[in-house]
Amino acid sequence: MKVTLFATCLVDMFQSDVGKATVEVLERLGCEIDFPESQVCCGQPAYNSGYVKESKEAMKKMIDTFADAEYVVSPSGSCAYMFHEYQHVFKGDPIWEPKARKLAEKTYELTQFIVDVLKIEDVGARLEGKATYHTSCHMTRLLGVQKAPMILLNHVKGLDFTELPGKEQCCGFGGTFSVKMAQISEQMVDEKVQHVEETEAQYLIGADAGCLMNIGGRINRQGKPIKVMHIAEILNSR
Amino acid sequence: MAMKIGNENFSDRVGKGINNSFMRGAVSGAQDSIGARRLNAVEELGNWEEWRSHGEEIRQHVLENLDYYLEQLSDNIAKRGGHVFFAATPEEANDYIRGVIKKKDAKKVVKSKSMVTEEINLNASLEEIGCEVIETDLGEYILQVDDHDPPSHLVAPALHKNREQVREVFTEKLGYKKSSDPTELAQHAREMLRQDYLTADVGITGCNFAVAETGSFALVTNEGNADLVTSLPQTQITVMGMERLVPTFEELEVLVSMLTRSAVGQKLPSYVTVLTGPREELDVDGPEEFHLVVIDNGRSRILGTEFQSVLQCIRCAACLNACPVYRHVGGHSYGSIYSGPIGAVLSPLLGGYDEYKELPYASTLCGACSEVCPVKIPLHDLLHKHRQVIVEKEGKAPVSEKLLMKAFGLGAASPKLYKWGSKLAPSAMNPFTSDDKISKGPGPLKAWTDIRDFPAPSKERFRDWYKNRDKGGNQS
Ligand code: SF4
Repeated sequence: MKVTLFATCLVDMFQSDVGKATVEVLERLGCEIDFPESQVCCGQPAYNSGYVKESKEAMKKMIDTFADAEYVVSPSGSCAYMFHEYQHVFKGDPIWEPKARKLAEKTYELTQFIVDVLKIEDVGARLEGKATYHTSCHMTRLLGVQKAPMILLNHVKGLDFTELPGKEQCCGFGGTFSVKMAQISEQMVDEKVQHVEETEAQYLIGADAGCLMNIGGRINRQGKPIKVMHIAEILNSR
Repeated sequence: MAMKIGNENFSDRVGKGINNSFMRGAVSGAQDSIGARRLNAVEELGNWEEWRSHGEEIRQHVLENLDYYLEQLSDNIAKRGGHVFFAATPEEANDYIRGVIKKKDAKKVVKSKSMVTEEINLNASLEEIGCEVIETDLGEYILQVDDHDPPSHLVAPALHKNREQVREVFTEKLGYKKSSDPTELAQHAREMLRQDYLTADVGITGCNFAVAETGSFALVTNEGNADLVTSLPQTQITVMGMERLVPTFEELEVLVSMLTRSAVGQKLPSYVTVLTGPREELDVDGPEEFHLVVIDNGRSRILGTEFQSVLQCIRCAACLNACPVYRHVGGHSYGSIYSGPIGAVLSPLLGGYDEYKELPYASTLCGACSEVCPVKIPLHDLLHKHRQVIVEKEGKAPVSEKLLMKAFGLGAASPKLYKWGSKLAPSAMNPFTSDDKISKGPGPLKAWTDIRDFPAPSKERFRDWYKNRDKGGNQS
């Protein structure tokens, strides 16, 4: 199966290990990977801040870049959701709305793709240790992917899993919110870190680079012995 | 109390909220317990999503036909000898109500809980003409006794106070001598209020829902105080926001059930008081004179716009109880009697962007509010729409941000520019980087690194790794 990777700018620039793990897991599951070089940012930071006009050019670029893909897969729930949002942004536009709808129909978040399209629940991963999982808001509520990451994690051998208390609460990232409303964001991420600590997990797992950068950045700042990992890296552990 | 509360700027209000550990304990505790109760109460129905769609339909239908139902309501009230007044502004409403009070030569008013009377600043307006106003809802009563402290929550207005603080207020202002046990506190308030019910000349209520077909009003309470407010005084005035209508009792039943499940996690409230105009010949109690005041105050301006769905709101406060921002900053931080997600959407519409331009940004757009709203208001989408209006129509965004976003538009849309920028990033960030992280960032990064580390850009971008790797050989 041919998969076109939408790596996201955070992964491309800051977390290339997550991108590598995504490629390796998908290849191991029999997919052929394509990474179009012309991909840029999905436009979410500007879009969410209200700069819709400014973000539309980036969106069009992305729609064209992935026009020929059979499946588009992204290791970020929030960015995959953004591709689903394009059709609403271009609502009423005779050219771009249909194109955007097509893109939405074939775009999947990584775990969703593995479970729903590849129909695989056990990727053969192994990792010893105590772990908990952060459910990111956009992926869970807006993209509607709830079960897939749990199904995959439950099959990881050696992983001792504890549910995160208050898991439905946002970590306080929210893109530009994290700097625009820094004082509120700090309180939110602190409560999140406190909940992670309560689980006594060694690993905090997530499926969104943004949330992980936020929670992980706070954990590092406080010097807590918790390792923050993207779910692609977990699924790639053997 | 008008809609606006306090004179401090947004960030000072938020700072104060964050530092108020009493309030935060009370709010997070209430969110956790009410949140769990709400979930049980809606799951027990088995098909909550269908209920939500039905609730949404009812409210949308009313908004689409608002003229018709308001006329029907008004006709039915007039038929029973009641008076109806449509007020475009708070001033018009207050003038009318003052007129009634003066004509009756009323000295004392008892009130049941009503947000819309807070919105128009009714109490102060009546006190100005020498009329004593007494709040009978326990939460509102506490706030009134505490020198008119503003409400911080739609349903539990005194949520920001714990019982120790309530005991202190009662001790200082009312000579209370007992413990901070909630039952004893409530008992004391009831004793103080009993005399007031009997001696009040006028009762004023809000309105949860008006029923157009019969000209009736429903008041939902857990204390039963609305029963007394509407049965003892000779004159009754009901104040309602112009959108708070349902066509018939059938829809009323649906929405009351959704309201109490969403608000407090109960199947039914302890009391639903329904009244229909002034006392008739065979009635044993009820007022002799009845006035309905319908408040517009900017609502008709919202009709027909992209924000219309905000008027579907039934003020259940489920969105406040689910909101992670409200959790940490509390209601007063919003600077409006309407706080939480619904407040962040509604306050700029009713009170203007000048006053409330920060509120739409006080959200991560996490969607927790939209998920719990019983009438399916897309709250996080509306917050996003506000941002768009602020940037594109109102031009109120900071210049530095505008420039940054323009640059973003250029960079993100151009693969060449993006590639070049991301390639340069590691060396540009070099001076700030140690141990693969940035602890003190420049420019906009500073707000981030004041709180948390920022990752240093990867030495090899993903796209370079992908390009260079030997596809057939050892992967990674
Ligand atoms: S917006 Fe929805 S959840 Fe919030 S108070 Fe109104 S009805 Fe309740």
